[in-house]
Amino acid sequence: MSESLYQEIILDHYRNPHHKGLRDPYDVEVHHVNPTCGDEVTLRVKVAGGLVQDVSYEGQGCSISQASTSVMTDLVIGKPVDEALQTGEAFLALMQSRGQLEPDEDVLEDGIAFAGVSRYPARVKCALLGWMAWKDATAQAVTTGEAAP
Amino acid sequence: MTSLLAATTYDVAAVRADFPVLAREVNGRPLVYLDNASSSHKPRQVLDAEREFVEQHYSNVHRGVHTLSQEATDAYEAARERVARFLHAPDAREVVFTKNATEAYNLVAYSFGNAKAGSRFALGPGDEVCVTEMEHHSNLVPWQMLCERTGATLRWIPLTDGGRLDLTDLDTLVNERTKVLAFVHVSNILGTTNPVDVLVARAKQVGALTLLDGAQSAPHQPVDVAALDVDFFVLTGHKMLAPSGIGVLWGRRELLDVMPPFLGGGSMIEVVQMAGSTYAPSPERFEAGTPVISQAVALAAACDYLDDLGLERVHAHEQLLTARLIEGIRGLDGVQVIGPDSMHLRGAAVSFAIEGVHPHDVGQSLDELGIAVRVGHHCAAPVCRRYGVPATTRASSYLYNTEGEIDALLEGITTVQRFWSR
Repeated sequence: MSESLYQEIILDHYRNPHHKGLRDPYDVEVHHVNPTCGDEVTLRVKVAGGLVQDVSYEGQGCSISQASTSVMTDLVIGKPVDEALQTGEAFLALMQSRGQLEPDEDVLEDGIAFAGVSRYPARVKCALLGWMAWKDATAQAVTTGEAAP
Repeated sequence: MTSLLAATTYDVAAVRADFPVLAREVNGRPLVYLDNASSSHKPRQVLDAEREFVEQHYSNVHRGVHTLSQEATDAYEAARERVARFLHAPDAREVVFTKNATEAYNLVAYSFGNAKAGSRFALGPGDEVCVTEMEHHSNLVPWQMLCERTGATLRWIPLTDGGRLDLTDLDTLVNERTKVLAFVHVSNILGTTNPVDVLVARAKQVGALTLLDGAQSAPHQPVDVAALDVDFFVLTGHKMLAPSGIGVLWGRRELLDVMPPFLGGGSMIEVVQMAGSTYAPSPERFEAGTPVISQAVALAAACDYLDDLGLERVHAHEQLLTARLIEGIRGLDGVQVIGPDSMHLRGAAVSFAIEGVHPHDVGQSLDELGIAVRVGHHCAAPVCRRYGVPATTRASSYLYNTEGEIDALLEGITTVQRFWSR
């Protein structure tokens, strides 16, 4: 059932999410919801020296949203902010591809498992929930960081 | 299975033949369409009526002297009369066409908001609007907005753990300050049928106007607005075999004729001068601009279809299917009905939760099996919050569904459980 959508990698991340749980220290905390389905995520970021030091989160939602958030933390933690944002753009492009894009495993790693999700437009928002929360929090963290003395 | 309900007394196979889409396959399986509380399919008779009207009689209405204009106007006004008969309304002028149920609630809420101080419709600080915790957002948010604009207070009747209205404090919640009691007839998410008589009786004691949301009742059971004794009743066409884009506000004429208009524009006026205008009586008063013409004609054909089949019989058929579903779910481990889990005072919408599987994943997995259900908060987020779930999976049957389709869903649920417990 749903083999193209529910890849084993996705189910693994859903059952055993990485980096889950809210942690200190953090710069910014955001709360994002998907108003059409009620899925939600509370997410914290810690940025220092141009690096994504930590991303922690709590959330509830479907397998796609939870697994995608888990994969996202793997992809961005420890990376320079610019590079992590580029990875986010690559994932967004994959999600908007309607199955027409061959994902780059070197860039997206486990994220390539979501290629099938792009063929289910109703689920793309699920896959993007954690990413959008992270992008929002990171943008705030960077702005705050620049403004700080 | 034991049931006190009578067997279906019409030929479901013949009914299904009127709905070409039901012969479709989805993902290689026969389509099992159980998302009727969201929107129903349309029979050929309705599509043919709309097509015939557009091909042979279409024109704008109430505006011309030419033949087509007159024919279109006649068809449009005949549709109004047909809907009035469908609702057992005493007067066709009490039927206002809107684009959907949402517009109808907003129409009433904005009309009240436009009332001058001292009018029976005017609200202000100290006045109250009462709704219930099981309202669809469309019969909740417009009232929240009205209260925000006027300073009135919104109150709501809470829910019991069993998915019914908790009427313990009804006399406090609906009181001398209450101007409007707006509530749902049959819940779209819980399936609960509410005790209209009890609520209307209390509203009358305190002089509050009543609005009944019939979006989930009018398609499924006979409705008699006079017997219900409410002041306003709302339905939407697309849930009852008609196209999207057409809804109905029924209101008592003595109210509609004096209620302030909502949308201004052509057709709703009496005398227009640069300094100001006076307004037509109902229903034109509330139908500014070119109305939804061919959809109204199609709605009348849908009323014909439902009345020809007989709503008593439709209701009995759906009760049979719903009982089968609820009983089937009761026999499954790890699946729980959210809402009344008996057939006492309930409609055809059944929400349920499968332990350990998010509703989105349930819906997606069922779709793989050709089964269409709705997942999410069903535009009733406070209900999900009340029962501590982010969302539900909802199956809702209609006149064309079969016992075999209910069994397919039950089997589908166990397939979903197997997949997600790997």
